[in-house]
Amino acid sequence: MANASYPDDLLYHPEHDWARVDGEEATLGITWYAQDSLGEVVFFDPPKVGAQVSKDAAYTEVESVKAVSDVISPLSGEIVAVNETLGDSPETINDDPYGDGWLVRITVADPSEQEALLDAAAYEATLD
Amino acid sequence: MTSVAETLRRGPLVQRHRAAGAKLIGFAGWEMPVQYAGIREEHLAVRTGVGVFDVSHMGEIEVRGRQAPEFLQRLLSGDVRRLAEGEAQYGVLCREDGGILDDEITYRLAEWRFLTVTNAANHERDLDWFRARARSFDVDVVDRRDDFAMLAVQGPEARPLIARLSDGGLPPRMHCCQRTVAGVPALVCGTGYTGEPGVELLVEPARAPELWDALLAAGAAPAGLGARDTLRLEACLPLYGNDLSTERGPIEAGLGWCCAEATGFVGAEAVAAVRAAGPRERLVAFTLQGAGIARAGNPIAGGGVVTSGTYSPCLQRGIGMGYVPVDSAAPDTELEIDVRGTARPAVVRAKPLYRKDA
Repeated sequence: MANASYPDDLLYHPEHDWARVDGEEATLGITWYAQDSLGEVVFFDPPKVGAQVSKDAAYTEVESVKAVSDVISPLSGEIVAVNETLGDSPETINDDPYGDGWLVRITVADPSEQEALLDAAAYEATLD
Repeated sequence: MTSVAETLRRGPLVQRHRAAGAKLIGFAGWEMPVQYAGIREEHLAVRTGVGVFDVSHMGEIEVRGRQAPEFLQRLLSGDVRRLAEGEAQYGVLCREDGGILDDEITYRLAEWRFLTVTNAANHERDLDWFRARARSFDVDVVDRRDDFAMLAVQGPEARPLIARLSDGGLPPRMHCCQRTVAGVPALVCGTGYTGEPGVELLVEPARAPELWDALLAAGAAPAGLGARDTLRLEACLPLYGNDLSTERGPIEAGLGWCCAEATGFVGAEAVAAVRAAGPRERLVAFTLQGAGIARAGNPIAGGGVVTSGTYSPCLQRGIGMGYVPVDSAAPDTELEIDVRGTARPAVVRAKPLYRKDA
């Protein structure tokens, strides 16, 4: 994805992560800014289904040619699905960070945590 | 996500880099381009065509005077008597204990004039080292860092491209000569840091932008420090600060070939002792067996450490170099690297990791 974009239907964490909340579950990924800063992602080691994630804590890593970066969870919960296709094509995280480049799906443990997240405009305002 | 502070030194090409879409980062005190189109694309451009790197952060020290050869012989690990006018020599600068202060290429510009290219992060320390030892010789040590911009033009198409823009023939590998390239006076050097054929051009900073423009117009792809690192690591060229440091000597680093201890350079006795007894550890190259990328600082089981690690665009896997005990240094030895808590298998490989004919 060549141009910056921050969809309005997502919630954002200032560490450059997004959540798409759908009832009692949420899909998580990294933002356009995060993938652009990293450069070409060449490795994603998916976490295990069943693992617990905590808001503001690292739950996995994405790795580009030049650096490895922790991925911070915007919400707490339990991983119920991981994007297995990224093992063979991690560059999808660059190509489609909000779609096919999603990382994990979790159960939402505490819906009130969403109040601390940013909407697209507020997140974009934190960038430079 | 490094932010660029205002205090960084800026070379003459920063505006050109911005125009070419570069991401700029702080590197060794300079604001430098880390990538343009993407590290993988730039890397492959250099392997298959021609890329141009701005390496103006590199430092230069000129030594001139009737005792310049004797003086440099005392500091540099190579045999300076074998360095003829118009030739280049790679060597290291050692402390008395053999620890490496820097690795450098020295050009003999004339009988009593030499130019040594330093690593940016070490330039000031090198200059102090040179000056402190110059007092007992009839030489002048001149800091020429601000007098040169440096462009590395590398890849299988690099020499043909420069030949078309040059007013004369190009120097062979490890030689240099003065030419006019695209109308710009340049010291053309048959050197590089990518494992590809190519040249490095030392020019007056004010003329660097027009040379950069001419190189791009002739088809060279701008390439950043990111690709420079992946290219040099595939070629197993050591990087000071990662693979080379004062903590270890040239024999351990596999640089015994550029050390002529009989010349009596500073550190020669320590280097000779390690060569005679055999080093306890060696700098080896490795590839990861499966997924994952080792990085500098990752421990290697059995008492080793990774000093450089990245993803290889050509081999399409994690690669790196690191120090291991000598009994683990032979090619095909299996290693286990602790990559942030995960044990990942790797195998020692012969250097270089990437060969053109492979």
